[in-house]
Amino acid sequence: MSARTPYVIKGETGDWELVMGLEVHAQVSSNAKLFSGASTAFGADPNCNVSLVDAAMPGMLPVINKYCVEQAIRTGLGLKAQINTYSRFDRKNYFYPDLPQGYQISQFAHPIVGEGEIEVDVEPAHGGDAYAFPCRIERLHLEQDAGKSIHDMDPSSTYVDLNRSGVALMEIVSMPDIRTPAEAAAYVKKLRAIVIALGTCDGDMEKGNLRADVNVSVCRPGQYEKFRETGDFSHLGTRCELKNMNSFRFIQQAIEYEARRQIEILEDGGSIDQETRLFDPVKVETRSMRSKEDAHDYRYFPDPDLLPLEVEQAWIEEIRATLPELPDEKRARFETDYGLSRYDAGVLSADAEKASFFEDVAKGRDPKLAANWVTQELFGYLNKQDIELADSPVSASSLGGLIELIANDTISGKIAKDVFARMIEGEGEASDIVEMHGLKQVTDTGAIEKIVDDIMAANPDQVAQIKEKPKTMGWFVGQVMKASGGKANPKAVNDILKAKLGL
Amino acid sequence: MTELTKLTLAAALDGLKAKEFSSREITQQFVDAIEGARKLNAYVVETPEKALAMADASDVRLAKGEGGKLEGAPLGIKDLYCTKGVRTTACSNILGEFTPTYESTVTQNLWDEGAVMLGKLNMDEFAMGSSNETSRFGNVINPWRRKGDNQGLTPGGSSGGSAASVAADLCLAATASDTGGSIRQPAAFTGTVGIKPTYGRASRYGMVAFASSLDQAGPISKTVEDSAILLEAMCSHDPKDSTSLSVETPDWRSDVSKGVKGMRIGIPKEYRMEGMSDEIDKLWGQGIAWLKAAGAEIVDISLPHTKYALPAYYIVAPAEASSNLARYDGMRYGARVAGENLTATYEDTRAGGFGAEVQRRLMIGTYVLSSGYYDAYYLRAQKVRTNILNDFVEAFESCDAVLTPTCPSPAFAFGEKSGDPVEMYLNDVFTVTANLAGLPGISVPAGLSSSGLPLGLQVIGKALDETACFRVGGELERAAGFVAKAEKWW
Repeated sequence: MSARTPYVIKGETGDWELVMGLEVHAQVSSNAKLFSGASTAFGADPNCNVSLVDAAMPGMLPVINKYCVEQAIRTGLGLKAQINTYSRFDRKNYFYPDLPQGYQISQFAHPIVGEGEIEVDVEPAHGGDAYAFPCRIERLHLEQDAGKSIHDMDPSSTYVDLNRSGVALMEIVSMPDIRTPAEAAAYVKKLRAIVIALGTCDGDMEKGNLRADVNVSVCRPGQYEKFRETGDFSHLGTRCELKNMNSFRFIQQAIEYEARRQIEILEDGGSIDQETRLFDPVKVETRSMRSKEDAHDYRYFPDPDLLPLEVEQAWIEEIRATLPELPDEKRARFETDYGLSRYDAGVLSADAEKASFFEDVAKGRDPKLAANWVTQELFGYLNKQDIELADSPVSASSLGGLIELIANDTISGKIAKDVFARMIEGEGEASDIVEMHGLKQVTDTGAIEKIVDDIMAANPDQVAQIKEKPKTMGWFVGQVMKASGGKANPKAVNDILKAKLGL
Repeated sequence: MTELTKLTLAAALDGLKAKEFSSREITQQFVDAIEGARKLNAYVVETPEKALAMADASDVRLAKGEGGKLEGAPLGIKDLYCTKGVRTTACSNILGEFTPTYESTVTQNLWDEGAVMLGKLNMDEFAMGSSNETSRFGNVINPWRRKGDNQGLTPGGSSGGSAASVAADLCLAATASDTGGSIRQPAAFTGTVGIKPTYGRASRYGMVAFASSLDQAGPISKTVEDSAILLEAMCSHDPKDSTSLSVETPDWRSDVSKGVKGMRIGIPKEYRMEGMSDEIDKLWGQGIAWLKAAGAEIVDISLPHTKYALPAYYIVAPAEASSNLARYDGMRYGARVAGENLTATYEDTRAGGFGAEVQRRLMIGTYVLSSGYYDAYYLRAQKVRTNILNDFVEAFESCDAVLTPTCPSPAFAFGEKSGDPVEMYLNDVFTVTANLAGLPGISVPAGLSSSGLPLGLQVIGKALDETACFRVGGELERAAGFVAKAEKWW
C-alpha cells in the first residue's frame, strides 16, 4: 500500500484541489415497501405494485415495515456506525405528480444511523499505486422513493408510474473526505460491496437501485486542512451537487468536468453558484438543473401519522450477531489465510461473487497461484470482453483443474496460457486439452539431452563462443524450447544446457 | 304506529332484540323521516336502499337470535369516513364524486356489529369550521330555534350534520369526529351528547385527515348511555393506524349509572374567561352543585397554559392540514381543473376545489412551517402543547375529572360569526385543550339558555379514563333531567 497523495489540478493562477462528499441512495432489499404492503418487484407493468397508501388515497395511513428498519440497522452496523435507538420520520413537502402524498416521508432531524467510517481502497485511474483511506459516514436515514414520471410516451402529456412510489431507500451521507475522482468511484464501489455483502441492497446500478449524488467543490492547497482542523466550511469552496450518478465511469467523468468548470469560473474572477447539476454522459458535461434560488422550501416537520421509531438495543445486538463477513474482514482473512498481498486480497474480497469464486479455485490448491490466475488471466479476460463473472466460460472448478496441472509440473505456465485460451474457446477441461494436443511438459532428461546434443552439434560456433558471450545461453534455451514444441520443462532445459556448455 | 325514530339507541336495541319491531320497520321510519327533513340539510348522501338491505340482513340474524351489539340499529355516518361504494367527499368540492373502494376501520367496526347505514352526514369542509357553513353542500340548519324567533341557527361544527340528525331523530346515533371540538360543540348546540375519546382509542384509518395528531373519532347520541354503546363499538386497536393504541375497550355502558360518589372533580379557574356570559357561568355553577350533591368532592385546580391553547391549536392544526391536504392535487382522483401547464393545473384545481376557510388554513399552515418561521410558530406551539398536557397531568394528581362549560355561548345564527375567523375560532376555546393533550372529553346537555337553546357541560378525563367521563356525564344527565327537544318546524 502506498500513501495517499494530494490530487492537484493545475490552473492558470495556481494549483487547485478537490473536495467531495457523497449522498448514496440505496434501495433497501425488501419484498414490501417502506410504509405499505405493496410489492417492490422490478419490471412489473406500470402502476401494478401500488397500494391505496402508495397512491395517497384519502384516509390512508403509513405503517412502518419493520424489515426495512432491520435492513437499515444492518447496514449501519456494516458501516461501523452509531445506531440510534430513537429516530423519527419527517415529512418533506413538495408538489410533483409522481409524489402522490405531496410529501416524502424521510428522516431529517433524527436519522436511524449516525456517524460511522469505512476503509476505501483506491486504484487510481491514471496509473499510480493503490492505496486506502478512511471515509467518515455522517449518517444513514430511511426514506420513501417517489414514483416515475414518463415524459416520452406522449407529446403533450406526462405519464406517471407509481410502482416505485413508497419503495424504501437508505440515504447514506459521507463527510467531505473524498479528494479525487477515483476516490469517489472507489467509495461508491466499497459502499456497494458492503451493502451487497450484507444483503441490504442488491447494488444494481443499472436499475437505479444504487445511485450517488456527488457534492463537488474546489479549493486552494491548504484550505482543506484548515477545514478539517476547524470544521468551518468557509475554508472550502461553494459546492455543486451532481445528481443521480449510476456508473463508476460517469462519476469520475462528471467530477473531472465539474472541477474544470468551477476552476475556470473562479480563475475568470467569477463565483460558483450553489446548484444542482445533471451529468450528460453523451456530451460529457454537467448542466444546471436548479439553482439554490428555486430550491423548494420543504417545510419539514415530524410526520404526525407515525410514532417516533424506538428500537431496543437487544434487537440491534441480535442483528449484529447475524452479520455476514464484510469485505474488509474477508480481505484480512485472505491476507492471513491465503498469504495474498493486500491489493490482491482487496480485489478479490470487494465482491462477494468474486470472493466466493476465488475461494472455490483456491480450495486445496496453491492460493497465490489461484489468486494470480483469477485476477489476472480470468478477470483480465472478462473485463476486456465485458463479460459478467456469472457468465464466465471457465468455471471455478475448471480453472482449479488448470492450476493443479501447473502446480504438479504437468504443464508450464506458458503452456497453461494456451490451454486457458482453449478452455475459453470451449474445448473442455484443462486435462483433456493437454491430453488431446499432447501439451504435457517433457521432464524426461534423456529426451531433453538428446535435443540439446543435436542443437550443440548443429551450432559449433555458438558453442565455441559461449564463454565470451554468456548471453547466448538464452538463444540456446529458445532453440531447445522451439524444438520441443514448448513442452520441455524450462528448469530441466536450463540445468542440462548449463552442464553441457560447461557454464 | 309508534315513532320508533324517537327511541334512544339503547331502547331501540332492546326492542329489536325483543322483536318488538324489526330493523326494517325502524329503518323505514328513519328513511321517511330523512326524506321529510331535507330542509335541515343534514344528510349529503342518503342510502335508503342500502339501509333497507342491511336492515333485512339484520332481521335475518335477529330472527335466529344472533347478531352483533348494534344489530339492526340505523346510524348516520359523518362524510369524513370513507365508505366503500358510497360517495365520500368530506363535503369538499375537491373530492368531486370520489367513491372509495375501501371502508374506514371505525365504520367497518359498526357494520361488523350489525349497524345499518342511513347515509352520509353534512359537515364543515374537511372538518374545518365551527358552524357547518364551510360545507360544499351548504350549511346544516339546527333543529333548535330561539324562543319566538324563526331565524336559522347553526348546529355547530364541524359535525353539524351528525348533531342535527340526532337532535331531529334522523338516526338513532351518528358517528362524528373531533379535531378541536367538532363533536362536543355541535352536541352542546343541539342538546345531544358527544364524546371524543382518548387520542388513539379509535382508528383513523379511512377517515379523511384534517390534523393527524388531533383528529379522533367519536359518537353523537341522544344519551350518555348511547354514546357509551356506540363508542365501544367504534374503538379498536388497528394495526393499519400507527397511532392506534393497543388497549382493550372497557365496558363503558355500565359506567354511566355508577354515580360520582367519592370522585374528585376539578374546576379550572382559567376557564372562567372574560366576557363569558352569565348563563354559561350559572350553568357551570349548577353542574358543580349537582356533582357535589351526588357525593363528589369539588377541587379548585389550575391549568395555567390554557390561554395559549387556542393560538397553539390554530398553528398545529393548520400546519398538519397544509401537508395532509397536499394529496388533493387533481392527479389521481377527485376534481381536476386542467391548466396550461402543471403549475396552472395545481393552482386551478386547488383554488377551485377548496373553499375559503380551507384555503385560509392551508396558507396559515404553510406559513408556520416555512423555513425561518418554523421555530417561532410550529416549534413553540408544540412546546405549548407539552405544557398544556403537563398542566393536566399535574391537575389530575388532585382530581379525577375536570368540569367545564363546552362552549362560551349557545348556538348562533348563520353569518353571525362567519365574517370574522378569529371570533369563530373562539368557539373552540374550551374544547381544544382536550385535543392538544389527547384526553377524552364529553359534552352533556345540562340546561337551556334564556333564549331556549340547549347548553352543554364538558367533562375531561385522564388519558384512557373515558370511564370518568361516562360516570360524571351520566350523573350530570340524571341531575339535569334534560328532556327538551327541538320543536318540529321542518
